Amino acid sequence: MFTIDPRRTDLALEFKRSPFGPHSPELQAVLNVLRGSRHCQNLLLVCLKPHAEWVLAEKQPDGLPPRLFSDPVFTSLEAAEWHAFRMRWEAVTGEKLSVS
Amino acid sequence: MIPPMPRVLGYADPLSVAPGETIRFMVGTLDGPRRYRAEVVRVVCGDTGPGGPKTVRVPTPVDGEHQGMPQPLDAGSYVIVERPDAFAGRTQFTLEAIIQPTRVPVRPTPRPQVIMGTWAEDARAGFALMLDEAGALAFLAGAGDSREPARATTGVPLTARRWYQVRAVVDLGAGTVRISQTPLVEHTPSGERPTTVDAGIPPMAPPPGGAFFLAAAQRGMEDGRLRTMWHFNGKIDRPRFVGDETPLAVWDLAADIAGDRVTDRSTHALHGRTVNAPKRAVTGHNWDGSEMDWRHAPEQYGAIHFHDDDLHDAGWRPSLSWTVPADTRSGVYALRLEAEGGPEFWVVFYVRPPRNGPRARAAFLASTATYLAYSNYRARMRPGPSELFIGALPRVDGTDILLMHHPELGGSTYDTHSDGSGVCHVSRLRPIVNTRPTGWLWNLFLDFCLLDWLEATGQPYDVVTDDELHAEGADLLAPYTVVLTGCHPEYYSREMLDALELYLGGGGRLMYMGGNGFYWRVSYPAAQRGLLEVRRAEDGTRAWVEAVGEYYHSSTGEYGGLWRRQGRPPNMLAGVGFVAQGFDRSSYYRRTAASRDPRVAFMFEGVADEVLGDFGVSGGGAAGLELDAFNAGLGSPAHALVVAASEEHSNAFQLVNEEMNVSFAGSDGRFSPAVRADMVFFEHPGGGAVFSTGSIAYVGSLGHTGHDNNIARLTGNVLRRFLDPTPFVMP
Repeated sequence: MFTIDPRRTDLALEFKRSPFGPHSPELQAVLNVLRGSRHCQNLLLVCLKPHAEWVLAEKQPDGLPPRLFSDPVFTSLEAAEWHAFRMRWEAVTGEKLSVS
Repeated sequence: MIPPMPRVLGYADPLSVAPGETIRFMVGTLDGPRRYRAEVVRVVCGDTGPGGPKTVRVPTPVDGEHQGMPQPLDAGSYVIVERPDAFAGRTQFTLEAIIQPTRVPVRPTPRPQVIMGTWAEDARAGFALMLDEAGALAFLAGAGDSREPARATTGVPLTARRWYQVRAVVDLGAGTVRISQTPLVEHTPSGERPTTVDAGIPPMAPPPGGAFFLAAAQRGMEDGRLRTMWHFNGKIDRPRFVGDETPLAVWDLAADIAGDRVTDRSTHALHGRTVNAPKRAVTGHNWDGSEMDWRHAPEQYGAIHFHDDDLHDAGWRPSLSWTVPADTRSGVYALRLEAEGGPEFWVVFYVRPPRNGPRARAAFLASTATYLAYSNYRARMRPGPSELFIGALPRVDGTDILLMHHPELGGSTYDTHSDGSGVCHVSRLRPIVNTRPTGWLWNLFLDFCLLDWLEATGQPYDVVTDDELHAEGADLLAPYTVVLTGCHPEYYSREMLDALELYLGGGGRLMYMGGNGFYWRVSYPAAQRGLLEVRRAEDGTRAWVEAVGEYYHSSTGEYGGLWRRQGRPPNMLAGVGFVAQGFDRSSYYRRTAASRDPRVAFMFEGVADEVLGDFGVSGGGAAGLELDAFNAGLGSPAHALVVAASEEHSNAFQLVNEEMNVSFAGSDGRFSPAVRADMVFFEHPGGGAVFSTGSIAYVGSLGHTGHDNNIARLTGNVLRRFLDPTPFVMP
């Protein structure tokens, strides 16, 4: 199984530059792990103000409503994707992403 | 934290209305009575940028503030037999059926699930054979007096998705009840044993008569309206009610499958009807796999599958109505509702051209079948790896999240019921949160990019709908020189396909302005107004997989699934068919050598660019979301010209499974040349022609830089030539 090398911060920066692709095969492998890990795959992006504000939320089982995270409030889709990437990187690798 | 959600909801009936006719709006408020504002608008552009949707206000008598009241929403399907006299005064009787429960127990809040009986919770009277909170077979009875209702249980929970014979032999006068659950022998072995419990209950007088239910109990009557509760999840097969040792009712659930009637085969004619469209034409306990079509072996299809979140006709009382003036132009309209503290709610409807009046020469064919298939789409908000196929975080807003707070609004055909089975029925007779010009840039919202372009170019157009195409056939389209589809006409009935073919055969011109069109077979149940049925059989890109043996539609007996698997791939009609999807970033087309063919010179007048559509509001390009390609092997006409093809798709774009007999590496947009949208043109023998974009995202590029771009120019060239009555000539 592929595992993420936490030293490959270059792949994180590649994602930050272009969160909606296209991605290199190495970055895609990282994304597949981050988005596919069971404890990471339940994120949603909730729009609070059209074209202006979004927050992350966590999907819930048993048909329950998602749980919204009131902070941070994102002002771009790219910023939200990057925040989710960083959260998951730390959750999966156990190491805080050292690039910002 | 809860996002702002609409505080007022509604729906319209009919869906489409002609000038001179009246449309009714059913409006209900949430969390108690409240005032709301209403206005009718014609929508010309969705909320694709700051400033919100572009609308034209239409002065009507419904404008202004109104006092709103909550209206009930009772999801949950059941059968009701409205013959209270037949079940009154009985103390000795037997209830029996063969059942396959599918949600045992109900989570997160356990509750009873009634299999059959007359239990009325408001009167605390009647009787019911049911599963109790733990999922064990139980019996409940009450005489409607001051005493506590009597209960008995086997205490042994049933296993979900296994078949059981269940029975209660009751003597209320003597105070005895024998309840038994007997697991049937199935191919998968089980250690479960039959359980019989003889229970003593306080002797009681016979309960008063009441309506008899399968799969529900009566909650009460409110304003003359029946409210129900304790809905059953699962299949009920061969239910019987035996009184004094002779059958009083023997319901044959394999009869009248296409409609809502439930037939009693006893001499007492205790017929019933289904409510909220439970799934019929489902395999019964004795289905042995020898027949897949319910019409060939009805005795093996003697069950109904009930769900506690089925919903057909919400049955709301009309709140507002509008008689459409004779001079009202055809278009997509909405009743815009807004109540303090929440965002607006859009009740979309359509004004068709006058029935016997003048027509525009171009028609926009609104994909109302597809809009309905997607109506109240919840799947993105449920746990699962949806981000892996989207290629980005799923995006929703407060109006979408309203669905998760109100499961009684029912789901889409992309969702699963609370028991995990697929939703195969959807209804327009309920509030629908996601057919609107805001939110997810998809379906109608994205189609507004096409309407916005037609408006901006001054092109007169009428709006007609899939529902009308299904009902009226090719006559609906005959007045039009050109028909433009929306960006995603995915769901098609046989009647609709036939109508488009007839239209083209008569010289019509079709502009297929999207991707993944003409894909799933659907039916409109004739006996159940406002309903659409889909069975996701056999193959295809499926949100869920149809149960084995249940591939045939209940409403028509048609074989469900992809048109591609039924001899009518979309390629035959449109020249292209679905090949790939991805939702992160859209790409562009590049012109092909075939685009230099004199047959398509009209298309490229003033278009000098080799790269087309490397811009747009839908993922930044014209080629994206879902892609179609030319395939002669699937029926794309040999003389069709592929004038442009997309390239450079991201790795989120994957070949769809029906394009791969054997899975293989390198099937994504970075590696596979098969992942592409083909832009196609071909002439029709009757003098008509077809132009297909092959991409859902295409229409999102029309508005770029003030509608002045190579996609808008090319599309305008096509529309201009297609409006020219000069017949196209086959090459």
